[in-house]
Amino acid sequence: MRFRIAEDDAALAGAAAALLAKEATAREIRAGWPGGDTGRVDAVWRRLAAIGALGTLVPDSADGPGSGLGLGLDENALVPLLVELGRSGLPVPAVETVAVGAPLLAAAGSPHLAEVLAGRLLLTASLDGSGLVPFGQRAPLLVLRADDGLRLYERGELALEPVESTDGSRASARLLRPPDGGGQLLCTAPEELERAWQRGVLGTAALLVGLAERMIELTVDHVQQRRQFGAPVGSFQAVQHALADAHLAVRFARPAVLAAAWSQASSGTAAEAASETAAGADAAVVTSMAKVLASDAARLVARTAIQCHGAIGCTTEYDLHLYAKRAWALAAAWGGPAAHRELIARHLHLPTVEMIRDRIEQGAGFGPGRGPL
Amino acid sequence: MDLRWSAEEQEFRREARTWLEANVPRQPLPSGDTRAGFAAHLAWEQRLFAARWSVVSWPEAYGGRDATLWQWLIFEEEYYRAGAPQRVTQNGIFLLAPTLFAFGTPEQQQRLLPRMAAAEDVWAQGWSEPGAGSDLAAISSRAVRDPAGGGWRLSGQKTWTTRGAFCTHLFGLFRTDPAAERHHGLSYLLLPLDAPGVTVRGFQRLDGDEGFAEVFLDDVFVPDADVLGGVDQGWAVAMATTGSERGLTLRSPGRFLHTAERLVRTARAHPEPTGALRDRVVQGWIDAQAYRLFTLEQVTAISEGRPVGAESSLNKLFWSELDVRLHETALELLGPQAELDSPWSRGFLFSLAGPIYAGTNEIQRTIVAERLLGLPRK
Ligand SMILES: Cc1cc2nc3c(=O)[nH]c(=O)nc-3n(C[C@H](O)[C@H](O)[C@H](O)COP(=O)(O)OP(=O)(O)OC[C@H]3O[C@@H](n4cnc5c(N)ncnc54)[C@H](O)[C@@H]3O)c2cc1C
Repeated sequence: MRFRIAEDDAALAGAAAALLAKEATAREIRAGWPGGDTGRVDAVWRRLAAIGALGTLVPDSADGPGSGLGLGLDENALVPLLVELGRSGLPVPAVETVAVGAPLLAAAGSPHLAEVLAGRLLLTASLDGSGLVPFGQRAPLLVLRADDGLRLYERGELALEPVESTDGSRASARLLRPPDGGGQLLCTAPEELERAWQRGVLGTAALLVGLAERMIELTVDHVQQRRQFGAPVGSFQAVQHALADAHLAVRFARPAVLAAAWSQASSGTAAEAASETAAGADAAVVTSMAKVLASDAARLVARTAIQCHGAIGCTTEYDLHLYAKRAWALAAAWGGPAAHRELIARHLHLPTVEMIRDRIEQGAGFGPGRGPL
Repeated sequence: MDLRWSAEEQEFRREARTWLEANVPRQPLPSGDTRAGFAAHLAWEQRLFAARWSVVSWPEAYGGRDATLWQWLIFEEEYYRAGAPQRVTQNGIFLLAPTLFAFGTPEQQQRLLPRMAAAEDVWAQGWSEPGAGSDLAAISSRAVRDPAGGGWRLSGQKTWTTRGAFCTHLFGLFRTDPAAERHHGLSYLLLPLDAPGVTVRGFQRLDGDEGFAEVFLDDVFVPDADVLGGVDQGWAVAMATTGSERGLTLRSPGRFLHTAERLVRTARAHPEPTGALRDRVVQGWIDAQAYRLFTLEQVTAISEGRPVGAESSLNKLFWSELDVRLHETALELLGPQAELDSPWSRGFLFSLAGPIYAGTNEIQRTIVAERLLGLPRK
């Protein structure tokens, strides 16, 4: 039993963190917004690619189509890396590429893999069937859900229209027509589809943890500097306690996200089958838990951070909004908390509205009283 | 990351489960906060001790199993899972004992620990006084040097003493140097509650049980051998172990996992067709799991020699508020039956104390803000 990040996984995240701290400044983040020079963002993305970050989940067969950029790591490595990407605020399709798209392209032997892993060809993915595609305005390659599974499209094959969204740097687009056929078939097996979805959910939860941690850091800095009534506002108990609650939420989300990664990485392995695990439930349930906790934590942190900043938190000149808006977008993406709670409700065999209606029609009424007190 | 339990840990779990399934009383015991219930609980705890399940993490020499923290957590999960009785010895075993292990003399350890493990001595905690609650350093009960030497004479009053009316002994803080600054000049003393000069008055908690007591001390003699950790060193000694109360060693995740499972069972049997309530049941279950995972992360840190320090305040905030939410949700599921006396209604009343004892949650939030986030002090 060890709740510790392995050396290789920590090394990758550490390298990414160092690079991002230097290169993903507010200038790069703002460059991702409409009217900005996205070339600046792409340059950082290519530097991340050079340390192998984009190929985290791609097998490391050096002579394969990925030309040696696959690190062959598992979901355990994904989380610390994406926490750092979340913390940086860099507007890139990190989950879509690293967690979801790249491993699918590798498995399907796509000729585009090498360019994607090198960070030269932007890839995005949208699996929730909403028709909204993050980075759909920017990415030339898109992984989408089609009738028969997941398919890889080139932009020209699709009818996409740009949409404005709260987080402008997500460069989202809407599909005008659902894709039918075309593109390259990446996978059809429901297990593979499910795995890709789970990785997307997990990666998003990790980004949210990083974003939330960053917003807390920004806020702590601010309330230490800002003085009112002759004292730093951070010495006022109302501010202290609000931040304590925000910190609490993130600290409890983090281990759940790590546990979800471990569950995914070891799901179905002999190791898992041979023993009881501390993650408790199966990977899908732990992943849903992680997403609920991370989404709720990030939303609470975003709101608290803005409140504790005062009016400056309500401006776009100050950086906080860059993180808060991403948090709101990601909290709702890949299944919002309500959707994931519903999944867990089913796992727990809680009665559904339909079941309750049946019971009432059979004359059982609302009256409790049969169950354990 | 490796969240597998080892073969030894799984074996430990099996052994604990087997024993508990065979031995946990089939009928729940009466409340340990009543005189009759207390006696029944002691009998149970003596059985637990005889099978060496009373203090699993203690050295074998004192009746334990030298269990690792992981094994301790496993044991607690099994303990609650089996529906075993609440421990009436917990203040001694989980609060005083860690202090004795860290600061006690070998003589004190040998004299006190085995009797505590065997539920022969049952310890009450004597910090709070009428004038000293959150501001614990304001305590005024004094210990004056006995003129004949060899000990101290205590006078003053302690209050909110959990199960004080039934316990045999008290540990607490007393002012030994009235001239010293607030946090200095305090000593950590141990005394039997049947010593001459001690008067104990039990009174009811919110749930109606005689769970509290006031302890009046009038010239009570305590020998030097019962000073723990040095004269005038009491504050440092007490603070070194308050983490135990807030964090790991008292509130094992087993308790909340078990309550969350009960909540889910209640929800299955008491359908209430609103999404919001169903969501709260699910969230309670998620939060109990999250608490467990957080604890496992902390145990990893501890077993690697990294102290968790002020993080125990996060722990305390989370478990105490989770406990209230789980119970509130259950009561809502029960509808009009919520007013009836039941484990849920009693548990609810008791859960309200969680955010108050072990340092109120307001105090914990301040600790989190100042010590973990580094915010400036007022
Ligand atoms: C069930 C139960 C069992 C207990 N068992 C024991 C026991 O065995 N032994 C023992 O010694 N004590 C025990 N206590 C007492 C407990 O430790 C105290 O109740 C607690 O420390 C709070 O002190 P108080 O009750 O005097 O509240 P007060 O300190 O008077 O606080 C009242 C309110 O003011 C708030 N407040 C106070 N100071 C501050 C501040 N600086 N900033 C913000 N808010 C503040 C508090 O948070 C609280 O909301 C028990 C209490 C309960 C409820």
